[in-house]
Amino acid sequence: MPEFIHLKIKRQNNPNEAPYWEEFKVPYKPNMNVVSVLMEIRKNPVNAQGKKTAPVTWDCSCLEEVCGACTMIINGNVRQACSALIDKLPQPITLQPLSKFPVVRDLKVDRNVLFEHLKKVKAWVNIDGTFDLGPGPRVPEKERRWMYEISRCMTCGCCYEACPNFNAKSSFIGPAPLAQVLRFNHHPTGAMDKEERLNLIMGDGGITDCGNAQNCIEACPKRIPLTTAIAKLNRETIVHSIRRWFAS
Amino acid sequence: MSFMQKYNFLIRKIHSLTGIIPIGVFLTEHLITNSFALGGAEYYNERVEAFQQLPFLVGIEIVFIAIPLAFHTLLGLYYVYLAKNNVLEYKYFRNYMFYLQRITAIITFVFVVYHSYTTRIGRAMAGIEISYEFMNNIVSQPVFFIIYLIGMLAAVFHFSNGIYTFAISWGIAIGPQVQRKFQTICTVLFIALTAIGTAGLIALAA
Repeated sequence: MPEFIHLKIKRQNNPNEAPYWEEFKVPYKPNMNVVSVLMEIRKNPVNAQGKKTAPVTWDCSCLEEVCGACTMIINGNVRQACSALIDKLPQPITLQPLSKFPVVRDLKVDRNVLFEHLKKVKAWVNIDGTFDLGPGPRVPEKERRWMYEISRCMTCGCCYEACPNFNAKSSFIGPAPLAQVLRFNHHPTGAMDKEERLNLIMGDGGITDCGNAQNCIEACPKRIPLTTAIAKLNRETIVHSIRRWFAS
Repeated sequence: MSFMQKYNFLIRKIHSLTGIIPIGVFLTEHLITNSFALGGAEYYNERVEAFQQLPFLVGIEIVFIAIPLAFHTLLGLYYVYLAKNNVLEYKYFRNYMFYLQRITAIITFVFVVYHSYTTRIGRAMAGIEISYEFMNNIVSQPVFFIIYLIGMLAAVFHFSNGIYTFAISWGIAIGPQVQRKFQTICTVLFIALTAIGTAGLIALAA
């Protein structure tokens, strides 16, 4: 039984300062996860050298891998801290903030771009009106199944982190919002805005900027069929572009 | 919004298409033509002569090879620049392929500039025709044989792997199962074209 849990954490005091590494040795207890170890550091913020330090900042909420808030790079893999069990991780455990999003402090990043991209592609069903629109049409069971798969996306940012074509140089919209376009385009009510969504992902930084590295599906903790969704949307955007051209 | 941004979809699709038609088709034809050298110097010269007597040859070469190739190359190099490769962090098969696709793009680019200048553009300006003897003079030197082999391998890889990504980008191969089948087809094609290309090179070096 190890006495300590050895951690190496990449820290950063604020968005403008340079990052630095700090090591911690947390007394071992069985059945801990990365979040509970970070909570231990918060209780007793002393680094491996025995010096008092500022407690490590990180984000978390649900603690059951459905919100995506605690996503960070653990031993080089992008994943959620809540489902990263200490007993299953080789030590020293390295913790780094996501590299594709601006760091707020330590392990906390600003993933607002994900929300902005979801807004950009209108990832919702329009049901608001000044009067009762009545019940919507039923979703066929066959369709509901794969749409449910995609609805499990928690916008954690793992696919963005792993995608080589999403970076500071490119304007690529990223895998997660594309899957949502497919889902809402096949929803019977959402399909009313189908053309608009397709037009939106056919512009600059749209679906064509996907380079088919297919890291997204490997990195997705929810195993959402992202590559299938992108391929399907490739077909739909091509058909749509031809229709659009002949109707112009 | 710039022209590139406005027509991003169309430009990307043309980039993807030109890789297969006409460039990939031309590459296949070119490797098969080279393997005519297996039939001996005289036979090879005869076949090359036949090609050189095609009507509107220069026009065909410019419209169906030079322009699509320049378009595909210039945009492609920009797309190479746009990617931030991460094969050290994410060691997945397709990620390695993505990386290799960009590495082979650069190798093929350098090789094609050298190869087309020395064996076509420069020659055409000097008025010398390509023959077995001419090619033999180059590739019988071990250094140039290796340069040609590397250039050929890079081009063949880039084309074979490009078919896989083309099939996805054009919405042909959608699900994971059919994508795996395309992976197999592309691997077989890579092996077949490598065999044809290498046989042709060896015959030209003999």
